[in-house]
Formats: sequence, C-alpha cells, structure tokens
Amino acid sequence: MRLELTRRPRVSPLGEALAPVVALLVTLVIGAILFAVLGQPPRRALHAYFVEPLSEIWSLHELAIKAAPLIIIAVGLSVCFRASVWNIGAEGQFIAGAIAASAIPVFAPDASGPWVLPAMIVLGMAGGAAWAAIPAVLKTRFGANEILVSLMLVYVAQLLLDYLVRGPWRNPEGYNFPETRSFSAAATLPEVIATGDFGGRANWGIVIALVVAVATFVLVLRTLKGFEISLTGLSPRAARFAGFDARATTVFVFLFSGALAGLAGMVEVSGAIGQLRPSISPGYGFTAIIVAFLARLNPLAVIVAGAILALTYLGGEGAQITLGMSDRFTRVFQGVLLFSVLASDTLVRYRVRVVHGSAGKAAA
Amino acid sequence: MNRDTLLSTDRLTKTFGALTACDGISIRLGEGEIVALLGENGAGKSTLVKMLFGALQPDSGGIAWKGENVALTEPRLARRLGIGMVHQHFSLFEAFTVAENIALVLGEEKMSGLAARARTLSEDYGLPLDPGALVADLSVGERQRIEIVRCLLQNPTLVIMDEPTSVLTPQEADRLFVTLRKLKAEGRTVLYISHKLEEVRALCDRAVVMRAGRVVAEVDPKAETAASLAAAMVGGEVPAVSQRAAPAADAPVALAINHLDHPSDRPFGVSLADVSLTVLAGEVVGIAGMAGNGQGELFECLSGEVALRGDAGEVSILGTVAAPLGVDARRRLGAAFVPEERLGHATAPSLDLTDNIILARHQRRDRTVGPLGLLHKGAARRAMRRIVEAMDVRGAADDPPARALSGGNLQKYVVGRELDWSPRLLVINQPTWGVDAGAAANIRQAILDLAASGAGVLVISQDLDELFLLADRIAVISEGRLSTPAPVASLTREAVGLLMGGAEGHHHAA
Repeated sequence: MRLELTRRPRVSPLGEALAPVVALLVTLVIGAILFAVLGQPPRRALHAYFVEPLSEIWSLHELAIKAAPLIIIAVGLSVCFRASVWNIGAEGQFIAGAIAASAIPVFAPDASGPWVLPAMIVLGMAGGAAWAAIPAVLKTRFGANEILVSLMLVYVAQLLLDYLVRGPWRNPEGYNFPETRSFSAAATLPEVIATGDFGGRANWGIVIALVVAVATFVLVLRTLKGFEISLTGLSPRAARFAGFDARATTVFVFLFSGALAGLAGMVEVSGAIGQLRPSISPGYGFTAIIVAFLARLNPLAVIVAGAILALTYLGGEGAQITLGMSDRFTRVFQGVLLFSVLASDTLVRYRVRVVHGSAGKAAA
Repeated sequence: MNRDTLLSTDRLTKTFGALTACDGISIRLGEGEIVALLGENGAGKSTLVKMLFGALQPDSGGIAWKGENVALTEPRLARRLGIGMVHQHFSLFEAFTVAENIALVLGEEKMSGLAARARTLSEDYGLPLDPGALVADLSVGERQRIEIVRCLLQNPTLVIMDEPTSVLTPQEADRLFVTLRKLKAEGRTVLYISHKLEEVRALCDRAVVMRAGRVVAEVDPKAETAASLAAAMVGGEVPAVSQRAAPAADAPVALAINHLDHPSDRPFGVSLADVSLTVLAGEVVGIAGMAGNGQGELFECLSGEVALRGDAGEVSILGTVAAPLGVDARRRLGAAFVPEERLGHATAPSLDLTDNIILARHQRRDRTVGPLGLLHKGAARRAMRRIVEAMDVRGAADDPPARALSGGNLQKYVVGRELDWSPRLLVINQPTWGVDAGAAANIRQAILDLAASGAGVLVISQDLDELFLLADRIAVISEGRLSTPAPVASLTREAVGLLMGGAEGHHHAA
C-alpha cells in the first residue's frame, strides 16, 4: 500500500482561502493535546497563550513591537519566495542591518538632528542587503546553494555581533558588560502613542511595517517587476521567453529581502532595545519564514500572519509566568503551525489516494 | 469481418469528473486484422486503449478476450493474456544499452540469451537492432524499434500501437508497415492509433472513428477518401487551407542567417554548425527534420533566448544585426516567436490567459504596461478577448489558467497572441504538434494569412504534409546542419525524407 498525490483539476477558491484558517485550527488542537499530555488544563493554557496577551493595552503594545520586525522581514521573504529563491538567512541579514544602523550611535553618540534616524534606516537596509548579496552572488556566479549559504551566514553574523559588543564596540563606561552605549534620543524610534489611555511602548516600527507591506503589495501584484518575480518562480523557461533575466531577478529578490530584514534589525535595536547586545533577536528571521508561508506569500496577508506569530511569542512569555511552562513551547507552536500550513496548502491542491497492491505504471 | 473475435468491449464507459472520456464504447477486434482507431485529440482514444491495456479501470462495461469476460486490473494481466502495447512516448533509459532496456521489462530472463533472442527477432521483422548499443546514441526511429521488439518478445496476439509514425521519416514508416503486415500474416491483430489518414487508408482493414467519447463510425478505409475520414473525425468538413501567391523575388529580407555556429551547452543537446538561411518578406520557409536534430537550439538562437558567441555567425532580423540582442529587443524589431512547448515555455501553466498576454507583450510598450511599470490588466484582458475571438479558442470564457485549456486551444491562443500585433517576422516551431485537425487548419490558415500580408514566416515542423502545404521553400535540418532550401515544386516527400534520415548516412546502417 502506498499514498499517491494527484493534482486536483481545479483548485477550489474557497478551499484556497480557508486553508490557512484550517491550519491554525489544527495547530490549536495539537497544542491542546500537548498541553493535556503535559498535565495542564488545555482550555486554561490556550487562554493564557492566545487570549490574555490581547486583553490589555500594554500587551497590545508589546504585540505591535513583536509584530513589526516579523512583518517587515516576512514581506521581504514573501517576494523572495515568490521567485522560488530560498533565502533562509534573514536572521543574519537582520543582525547585519542592526549592526550597520548602530554604527551612527556607536561612533557618534552625540549626533543629533532629524537626519539621524533616516540615516540609520538607510544604513540598516544597506547592511542587510550587503549580507544578502553574498549568497546572491555565490548562487548566480558559481551555482552555490542559496539555502545553505544564507543559513550559514546567520552564524557568521551572530558571531560578528558577539565580537563587536564584547570588543571594539563595547560601551567604554559600561563596566565591561557586553553591550554598546545606549542610543541617544535622536537615534531612538519614538513611540507612536506615548501617553493617554491608549499610550504605551509601541514605536514607529509598526507603522513602517504597515507602509512596507502595502507598498510591496503594489509592487508584487500591480507592477511588471512583480510579474517578473512571480513568473521567474512559477516557470523559469517562460520567464526567459518573456525576456526576463533569472540571475538579475535572483539578485534583486535577495537584495530586496535582505534590505527589509536589515530594516527590521534597525527597528528592533533603535526602537525596542536601544543598544546592541550579544543577542538581539528571538529568532525573528526564522519565524518570519512561517509568517510568509502562513500569508501565502501575499504581502498584505503578512500583516495578519505577523500578528499571529507575534502572539505566540507573547503567549509563550505569559505562559511561562502564569503556568510555569517552558518558553520552548513557543517554538513547538511555531513548528506545528508551519507544518500545518504546508500540509493544508498541499491538500488543497492535491488529492491523496491510497493505492493498494503493486499497481502497474500508467500507460503514456 | 468473418474472422474469429479476439477482443470485444461491451459499452465501456469511463468518466473523469465532469468529462465522459469514453461513453459506451462497444468495438470488436478480429484475429489477424489491422484496425485503425481514428479520432481527434481528446476524442477518447487514449482512454479506451489504456482500459484495454489495464492501465485504467472502466466505470462500467466489460472487456471480453476470446469470448470470455476478463478484468484487466493492471497492465501485467493484459500482458499475460497476450496484449502488447507500443507507447507514443518511449520509456527508455538513455544511459543503458538496448538489451538492458529490454531486460528491464521482461524481468527474469538471462541477459545473454535475451540479447540473442532480441537480435534474431528484430532481424526477422525487418527492424535491425544492435542489442549492445547505448540508447543515447540511437535515432528516434531506432528507439521506437526497441519498444516494438520489446513488445514482440512477449509474443502478443494483440499489438496496440499509439501513433507510431509521428516520429518516423517516410522511409522508416514504410519499413514499419512491412513489419505490421508481417504480424498480420502471422495471425496477430494490430490496433493502430493514428490521425494520419493516408496511412490508415494504405494499411488498415477497418477503421473505428471516435468523436467526443463515442464511436461515431466504423468504415472500410480503403473505400473512403482522406477528406471523408477527416470529416467523420471532426463531425463536419475540415476547412481547406486557401493558397496564396508566391512572394516577389525582390522582396526585402525578413530574416537572414549566415554561417551560424552554436555549440550545445546541454547533455544530449545538438550543436548547430554552419547554418545559413534567408526568409523574404511575404515568404514561408519550412525546416523539416526529425525531433532532436537541432530545431529547439535553432529556435532559441533566433528568439534570442540563448546568447550567441561573438564568432557564432550572423543573424539579422528585418535588416538589423540581431546577434547581440535579447528576446525583448528582437520583438521590438517586429519579430514574433512561438516555441514548441506550449506549457512552460510559451506560457506559464498556472497563470491565467490575461497574465500570459503580458508575458509576451510587455516588451512592446503596447499599453499593457504603463508608467512606473504599473500593469494595465484591462488592456491585457481586451487583447485576450480579441485573440480568443479571432482564433476561436474554446474554454476560455472565464480567463482560466493556461493549463486548463486543451492542447489545441492553447496552441491557437499562443499563435493568436503573436498574430494579434501583426509581426513582420514569425518564427514558429512545430505549429500544430499534438493539435486536432480543426485547430490545425485554423493555425495553418493564420500562418498563410500572415505571410500574405507581407510578413516573413519560418516554420519548423516534423510534419511533412504541413510543410508541403505551407512553405514556398523547404530546408532539412539533420544533426544541427541545414540543407540548402529548395522550392517546394522541385521536391518530393521521399527526397525530403532521405535528407531527414541523415543524407550523409551515419546512424542508419539499416
């Protein structure tokens, strides 16, 4: 007996639309079972994970802070994955962008003026793009596997950051703690709503994320460049016939996704953290891969998907406090979610058939 | 008709979703006769044959073998009864020898004995084969012989052949017919699937004509004309293609190729050597040749999809040196291209028809793309509707993805996409490959109309009938070399067939 996948002649639009929702529900069911196995009442645990973080103003601000980098990175990755170019190293580009953007507050701590933040944004994007350019060039010049190269560069970036904050960029007045100076006000992204009933910590990063998502949506679905990217991913030979250069597209989507990952890094260090530390990301660059797929590579849907994955981070922290559960559970949730998304997408497009016995090969 | 019944079917029906591919098919095959199964693409021939071979199960109806009902649940059972099949698409491993490929299917037998048996049998039937040869080194005709010999080694009483001559030169086809008549003389039955009507008339005792899943006629092909058989297949008269005047000798040159060399960069690819050709405005030039003799490579050199080396020779399109230009720039010069593969080359399978307009039109700044690269889907959709209308593309009402169209309709769409902007040069590779008779007539007429309007057309085709119908001059490509084009009036099919088989004589020892 074996299983066969056959392509459905027509993919139902309803099924296509509901697949991510079904994936979320499946994830919740599997989560509930896991909670029960771990001896937690599933309802209470799920409540702590997914409802409590949404119940207060301050936690909604935290959600925005967590969602902003996820959305910005995932928007870039959705463009990259549309071209069937597999940039798995957004985490490294995120760190490279954060480092590059931090050059201003580290070397010119007294810099002030309205130019500082825009300059940091430009540097952050340039840093991320430069880091992404390495796998892009290795792939287009030498045929190197971009998955492997971009992934390995994550560890290089992490070690570079570690070296900088322990060595040359360490705060001279910081009692040997491995961190840079705290950024000045001019180098810090301000809060969107600082005071009042709805005031809180959320910074302009979330606004940047929304703008990036909308602008990229227009780029991908309404312009020739977006058509080129999708066509290259869907049918490389047809793309060549259309006059598009696959190498140029590969380089473009790598630089684009790298620049956005770098922008996310700048937002995180300038907005949420306020300095460089040995670790500046709870794996945003990897989680954003799940965000991009949950959103079916649609930049607008990335906004919703980013918020959902941000919730798993917050829920994990909450459950750690209220239920005493390991924060590793967040990773489990994210992994189960990615699996469910990919499975439901596959089942919408393909039919599973159980074949008994050793059926002969189909005739031509 | 008085022969003993070998196989009969009783109201065989098979549906795929909403499509009834076979609708109550009852046919009878007698011992020792050659029966043609005729029908357009999509008429249900392949589905019927797959059920006879056990590769598909009928939804209802039965199959009887020598008067007894049988359930053919898998090809192995059909083979055991004595049903052999030669498929249209070969299933051979190029890196293995002939004998190894045969052994793969026959299973238990010892290799040495098998090779000897294959050699004797292939010679007995006039299909000489060297069991030790690597498949990769063999021509298409020789590869088909492997399939036939592999089938005959199992000593079948019924041989099913799916469009066997679509890959053969006229000479190779004649040799195949000798073999088939020998099989018949031995009392074996042949079910011969084809849409080459002259062949069927020459070879077959009976013809079963299918249309839209039903048997619509059973005729004696020798008593019919090719036109009456075609009419039975399509359910109406096939429009005849109208002729046009030959171009003036002093017409401007639309396409000039001078001493083009292009080494292949693919394994099993064909290198082009010293190819020269001119196509005048208003002229149709045909390139004949068996599949895999450099047609695809020549097409890509002309379309600009592959870059030419600096010393590769000269290609000029409508008076402009085109060698350094890519496909975009060549289209802007006024050249249109239709590649052999409809899905995945000419179109992206999962994109809808409107997006597939943009694929081949964006370069020409023809309002499908606005300032800042913004797409104007409305303009593309209007072009799509215009093409669907002009080329009579069926099944395109709700702008489906390209893969949802049938082969013939998609080909009409792909050709129409280029004709819609009145190009001044058209390069088209296998214009009616795998396309039904009605659609083929549409496409051929459109090509002739384009030439009549003053455009140069280069048609690359394996179908000699098509080239003799369309072309003013014909050249033959063989192993990457192009013969000097000659006016159609001075050529015979046999002469072209000899060139197609490689006039220099290598490969074809037989």
